[in-house]
Amino acid sequence: MSNSPGLALAGQPGVNDDIGEETRLKLYHSQVVIREAEQRAFDLFLQNLVKGTSHLSLGQEAIAAGFGVAMQKGDLTFATYRGHAHTLARGVPVEKMLGELMQRDNGLMRGKGGSMHLASEEHGVMGSYAIIGAHLPIACGAALRAQYRGDKDVSVCFFGDGTTNIGAFHEALNFAAIWKLPVVFVCENNLYMEYTPISEVTAVEHPAADRASAYGLPRIVIDGNDADVVYREAQKAFAKARAGDGPSLIECMTYRHSGHSRADPAKYRPEGELERWKEKDPIKVYRARLKQFGISDEAVKKIDAEVRKMVDEATEACKAAPEPSTDILFTDVYADGGWAWRN
Amino acid sequence: MPIQILMPALSPTMEKGNLAKWLKHEGDKVKSGDILAEIETDKATMEFEATDDGTLGKILVQEGTADVAVNTPIAVILSDGESSSDIKASALAAAKAEAPAVSHDAPAAATAAPVIHVAAETDVPEGTEMVIMTVREALRDAMAEEMRSDKDIFVMGEEVAEYQGAYKVTQGLLQEFGAQRVIDTPITEHGFAGLGVGAALAGLKPIVEFMTFNFAMQAMDQIINSAAKTLYMSGGQMGCSIVFRGPNGAAARVAAQHSQDYSSWFSNIPGLTVISPYSAADAKGLLKSAIRYPNPVIFLENEILYGQSFPVPKLDDYTVPIGKAKIARAGDTVTLVSWSMGMSYALKAADELAKEGISAEVIDLRTLRPMDTETVVNSVMKTGRCVVVEEGWQQSGVAAEVAARIMEHAFDYLDAPVGRVSQKDVPMPYAANLEKLTLPSVADVVAAVKAVCYR
Repeated sequence: MSNSPGLALAGQPGVNDDIGEETRLKLYHSQVVIREAEQRAFDLFLQNLVKGTSHLSLGQEAIAAGFGVAMQKGDLTFATYRGHAHTLARGVPVEKMLGELMQRDNGLMRGKGGSMHLASEEHGVMGSYAIIGAHLPIACGAALRAQYRGDKDVSVCFFGDGTTNIGAFHEALNFAAIWKLPVVFVCENNLYMEYTPISEVTAVEHPAADRASAYGLPRIVIDGNDADVVYREAQKAFAKARAGDGPSLIECMTYRHSGHSRADPAKYRPEGELERWKEKDPIKVYRARLKQFGISDEAVKKIDAEVRKMVDEATEACKAAPEPSTDILFTDVYADGGWAWRN
Repeated sequence: MPIQILMPALSPTMEKGNLAKWLKHEGDKVKSGDILAEIETDKATMEFEATDDGTLGKILVQEGTADVAVNTPIAVILSDGESSSDIKASALAAAKAEAPAVSHDAPAAATAAPVIHVAAETDVPEGTEMVIMTVREALRDAMAEEMRSDKDIFVMGEEVAEYQGAYKVTQGLLQEFGAQRVIDTPITEHGFAGLGVGAALAGLKPIVEFMTFNFAMQAMDQIINSAAKTLYMSGGQMGCSIVFRGPNGAAARVAAQHSQDYSSWFSNIPGLTVISPYSAADAKGLLKSAIRYPNPVIFLENEILYGQSFPVPKLDDYTVPIGKAKIARAGDTVTLVSWSMGMSYALKAADELAKEGISAEVIDLRTLRPMDTETVVNSVMKTGRCVVVEEGWQQSGVAAEVAARIMEHAFDYLDAPVGRVSQKDVPMPYAANLEKLTLPSVADVVAAVKAVCYR
């Protein structure tokens, strides 16, 4: 256990009756959508239908679902290249995401972005950024806009533990703190930056939370595999941000069931670690939670079946969709038209 | 012999300053190290110390006098035994002396007022009144005018608000628009460039000032990966209307890390628009266009040009189109192409060449991306010869791009290979004589033109 920080963190079963059945079913549904869609993406790699690189959040679904359900329409999501989960958590259709991964014309960006750059402005997904750290200041900028115009939305910025050692993390936290920006920074600490344990390259035990005091923020470490815990913490942070009381930095302890990317079998992990964390699989944890609160197996199975059917249909639609039309190659370089007239 | 106190040069690029206040009065004893006066430059107010002992015999320039040229005698110090009657001869001598406008070691480009050949924009009605203003003032006016008409525009950067800009380009903006719209940032180029991008993606129209573009290298990822590419990556969903502006290129005596031309770096990137004006009118008109533009714009200014004055059309809303070069001077023997500071070398060279019967057509690119190939090619088709003047390094430079386009579009019209005048292929040295050798000069341009004319 000691070599795998976070495992010991636990939610608080028994005192969860403030959330209610409707929200719990949403939290469960969201986690299952993410799990099924990502598992499908992985299967499609094996069939050679998804060819590009891809970074899965299998095992980390509770964080995306907890924040996604707590967010209101108009709130903004900023994700990393590991952004499928956060995109789906805002309601982006699975077909749009899989279509993008499969480089089809029905993809979210019609094949211009791919797995690492999912964006859907109409759902508040303000992009997935594949350069570590870049989107933390960007999220601050979106939050500055809310403050500037008196809007009440919150910008939520998700990133991994590896991000906490780059300058942009610290630059952004300082900005958010000095200007009390309505931004919530969410560190998904899955214990590994890419292949190296984050603890081997970081001066403190909790790479995000232990730095919070440097920016006058409280130290928050939570069980990131329990969607109830995540949902509650998100609500607290959003209420603080909407009240004009500034940013939050939340470190969510979790674990990646797969490797860093498609190409990584994750052999560097100590024996037994994955198995221990699989005991804390967020979906397993949440099924038990639903049972504890008297939600019927039938309701759970109904969600599972509906989601499976939806992902199957999305997969077939993507397989049938054409490749992106080549006439879009030169569009969207500049907002005021194509590229060719310029030269 | 009474000692003359001259108006000091408080920075290598200072040409004049305001004598804000005398702290000693006529008749006061003065010791070396005493503060004599406060001098205001466009960058700062600085105290000015005595370097000799004696008595302040005569104040030649009263406090409150504006625009006192560097090296103008401003006071006289009497040594022991001298009296005020000794001053007359001294003052007379000073008056007769040719007042040097600039300290002797300033770069050639900064020593004389620019030769102005401003071709009127097509949209400037005939008879429009022209106001003489500095590039610095023109840039400030452009921002102020746009900020008055669109509340989504704000300015952000290091020292832009309370201090009024490290180079005083944002002078007065805080007072007019308040702290919400004129924002001092911490020293964090990557951070505030990214913040600007985020604000732009979310619908505001930021103007991000880099104290100099040398520091923008810290923000390269935000400019290129975030600002320039997000529209494309998002399949057209998320546009980024933002201006990154600040001084670019060599200043004077600030050495390698503070003297670099980034024209070719930024103009390599699809998704960016790169503007680099020379005159105050273009600085104003293009900055207004840039602020309204729905795309990320790199606006490359020049520290040495900030203090230079040009006529600017007095119009309520003077804009200059992005992507259009200007024929700054018509000619028919050879085409000279340049932009920004390079234009001062090109225009002076054209004057020199005219004396020798070589008629140079001088084209100011003004926008580097998109580049106005048509104007350049049409001129070369007429002249058959071309020299491109670039203040930056030659390899992979903008001049190389201009030459390639001429080859592609006007190969059969060329009577000689396209010539290039560029910065020497070394990091910028500090010493004035070495610095001067490194930068393009008027003589270099004249020589390159003669070479392509086989003269």
